Amino acid sequence: MTTSTGMTDKHGAHEAQHGPLSYRLLLGIWLGLMALTATTITATRIDLGFLNVVAAMGIASAKAGLVIFFFMHLKYENRLIKGMALTAFVILAIAIGLTFVDVGYRY
Amino acid sequence: MDQTDQTDQTDQTGHPDQTPSTAASGASQPFFGPQNPGATGGKGSGLASWIFSTDHKRIGLLYLGLIGLMFTVALVLGLILRLKLMTPGSTLLTPQQYNAMFTLHGVIMVFMVVIPSIPASFGNIFLPLQIGANDVSFPRLNNFSWWLYVLGMTLAITSIFTGAGAPDTGWTFYVPFSERTTTNVSLAVIAVFILGFSSILTGLNFITTVHRLRTPGMTWKKLPLFVWSLYATGWIQVLATPILGITALLIFAERVLHLGLFDPGLGGDPLLYQHLFWIYSHPAVYIMILPAMGVISEIIPVFARKPIFGYNMIAFSSLAIAFAGSLVWAHHMFTSGMSDTAVLVFSFLTFVVAIPSAIKVFNWLSTLYKGSISLDPPLLFSLGFIFMFSIGGLTGLVLGAAGTDIHVHDTYFVVAHFHYVIFGGTGLGMFAAMHYWFPKVFGRMYDHGRAAWAFWLILLGMNVLYFPMFIMGLQGMPRRYYDYLPQYAPLQMLSTWGSWLLAVGLGLMFWNLYRGCRFGPRATQNPWGGATLEWTLPTPLPHEAFHHDPEAPEPYDYKGINPDG
Amino acid sequence: MIRKRPSPMITRGSILMDNSGQMDNSGQMDALGPMTKTGPTAEHNATQAHAPHPKDYHAAKMGMWLFLFTEILLFGGLFLLYASYRMRFPQAFHAGGQTLDVFIGGLNTVVLITSSLTVAMSITALRRGEIIRCLWLLSFTVACAGAFMINKTIEWAAKFHHGLIPGSEHMAALPHGQSVFYGLYFAMTGLHGIHVVIGASLLVWVMLLIKRGKVTAADFVLLENAGLYWHIVDIVWIFLFPLFYLIS
Repeated sequence: MTTSTGMTDKHGAHEAQHGPLSYRLLLGIWLGLMALTATTITATRIDLGFLNVVAAMGIASAKAGLVIFFFMHLKYENRLIKGMALTAFVILAIAIGLTFVDVGYRY
Repeated sequence: MDQTDQTDQTDQTGHPDQTPSTAASGASQPFFGPQNPGATGGKGSGLASWIFSTDHKRIGLLYLGLIGLMFTVALVLGLILRLKLMTPGSTLLTPQQYNAMFTLHGVIMVFMVVIPSIPASFGNIFLPLQIGANDVSFPRLNNFSWWLYVLGMTLAITSIFTGAGAPDTGWTFYVPFSERTTTNVSLAVIAVFILGFSSILTGLNFITTVHRLRTPGMTWKKLPLFVWSLYATGWIQVLATPILGITALLIFAERVLHLGLFDPGLGGDPLLYQHLFWIYSHPAVYIMILPAMGVISEIIPVFARKPIFGYNMIAFSSLAIAFAGSLVWAHHMFTSGMSDTAVLVFSFLTFVVAIPSAIKVFNWLSTLYKGSISLDPPLLFSLGFIFMFSIGGLTGLVLGAAGTDIHVHDTYFVVAHFHYVIFGGTGLGMFAAMHYWFPKVFGRMYDHGRAAWAFWLILLGMNVLYFPMFIMGLQGMPRRYYDYLPQYAPLQMLSTWGSWLLAVGLGLMFWNLYRGCRFGPRATQNPWGGATLEWTLPTPLPHEAFHHDPEAPEPYDYKGINPDG
Repeated sequence: MIRKRPSPMITRGSILMDNSGQMDNSGQMDALGPMTKTGPTAEHNATQAHAPHPKDYHAAKMGMWLFLFTEILLFGGLFLLYASYRMRFPQAFHAGGQTLDVFIGGLNTVVLITSSLTVAMSITALRRGEIIRCLWLLSFTVACAGAFMINKTIEWAAKFHHGLIPGSEHMAALPHGQSVFYGLYFAMTGLHGIHVVIGASLLVWVMLLIKRGKVTAADFVLLENAGLYWHIVDIVWIFLFPLFYLIS
């Protein structure tokens, strides 16, 4: 996939700075994103009831995941940055989730 | 915490550098005060050399100055409010002026004084020094944060004198009133947005600094607890403040564009505004209190000459508070018409967040136990903190219990609770920090006797001012009321007397510190015998603190360290 | 993974000597030139000898990620409102969603995803020293941003044309949930649009710096951070698109 220069001691000066991602990989991700976009638009034409929402959100999350992990190369970051990103999303989920403890029982 | 982060710190413990030396260059000049004209490398003393400074120590002092100024303004507002409430009836202020005044007291105190208080001032100065760094990770961003603070402050002050009158919504800007009032709320919420941005950037800077700039060998377990608390605070600032940002922007949008998102007439739900507001504003009280807890954790072991009891638990509880603080916001809304399930869940979670706070209190007390205590002013203020915070914290549980809250909700009980925690807690923590680090920052010592007098006056004043409010609250006196029934008159009168005592105490304290700053005896390098890195530096602090990476000390090991002078 | 740090001696003296502290444009993007504890190595030193602050690549990126979290939570507040109101007014949201043009929304999705690709590629190009290609890719990205905004304007104009103007009587006369739907639509796509403009401006600024040789193959973190910001703009849209255009 990509080279991982900088992960070794020899490149210690760069402190595990990851090498650039290849054009080929990036284009592959782009194709994946396009395919998912086409899928999600198509999926709305089929009436799946409640599952429509699940499908749309699932696909959106998958697309966001591709962007975050590859375009933003979170996949190649150290565990610290990954943990931080996870924390941010967990806090957002808590905020929305706990709000639903109210609105879910009120509306 | 993070494995890689620690390894890269530890793998060069064998660094040859030992203690920082004061080379005879300009860099060893004090970072403020008269500059030696002959030396090179100094930073000058003109105004521009301060307001555009990227030196964390100068930025810290800039914040300290403005925070002090804003504190004075809001304090005067508070005193006027108390004066108005001394007797029942329509006295001194019109109802509209009264509403505007308690709004401003709240907005200024919360957003411009208490939230930036300790992190932006002493945090800026001592966080880098305690981890052996010469500055924060992003010095220019640090200066930019200060400018945002100045901008937000200016806009907030402008909102008082422009438009159709000063905001009168209370500091919470609750809808639908804040959407409909003709007063200058729009400008005020923009100011709040900008102040929030400033706070975010400070937090971001601190988190990165703690991760990237610790001196070799300073593992997470050797981190001073003040740094731990600022680290936890930084996370709240980064993750909670944006919600305040969007809330303030939405109020602005509602007022200007009439989107109708919170307007019940258009199907909006005002309770969702309250949710959004408290999703930030409850964690915000931990932004306020955590740094003060950090200060107390620094001071208590130094003056008990004993290693801190339960280092791991104090450090861990800072993170626990930061996290648990994000779970409890809706306990501000028990009587708002929220679903009963939510009341139950949030009431339970509120009790959970009390645990880490209690852990800290017990650890401080255990540190003092059998210590060799010297009752110097910083410790006095710290003990005051524990006393006041305990009362404030325990009365918080009364409010957090869904049943009792219905009785005391929106009464003076809440006002008293909040002021015990924030003024008695963060306020005294701030004063403790001022007395603790004063000699290091200003290079001179204040009068200890006068400081003790000031402390006792402040403590007495606070209790006379706020304790009657607990009683009035239990008796049903609602907060924010312009007038009250005669039955509350004696306690209202007593409370106002307390405010005068408090004012005298504060005046004495500030005068004493000013005298110390100008005329006090020269301070020694380590007057209290602290073991953290800032006490290895010359007094007053030089421009460049460390010429080489210092060795990471055991922050609470006092063997062989004695107060000098 | 063990990272070695070279001796910090070289950097120590210079850090606080820098008296420049002026509030310039870069003051805001200080994440890009942070303090470091990592001294330059001999090899590194050659390229950075004249930099006022020796850069700490990892700190710069960490700072940017932290900033991105704040962006996520800023939009998060609006997503919270969306989720709640959708639960309250499922029919109105259904009806509202059907008035939005899936074609324009889908086109904008393609435009933004493609612009994300070109930003990611521009970083690779810069790091491989292909400056011209990097600048072309960035220009394309900015063009995509322009196209997105034009589409958005057409869409908003159509809504205004139908009397869907916030605060108007027409909006107030709509069934309860629908005015909330359009209120959220304008608030969320509006805030997103502002971010598109900011992101594109950042990219233009970085392009200028690349041209001037301030951002180079060895010192590319500024471009990387601007790219990260652009990707977040993309991610927000990835969620906005199905929420407003598809779930109906």
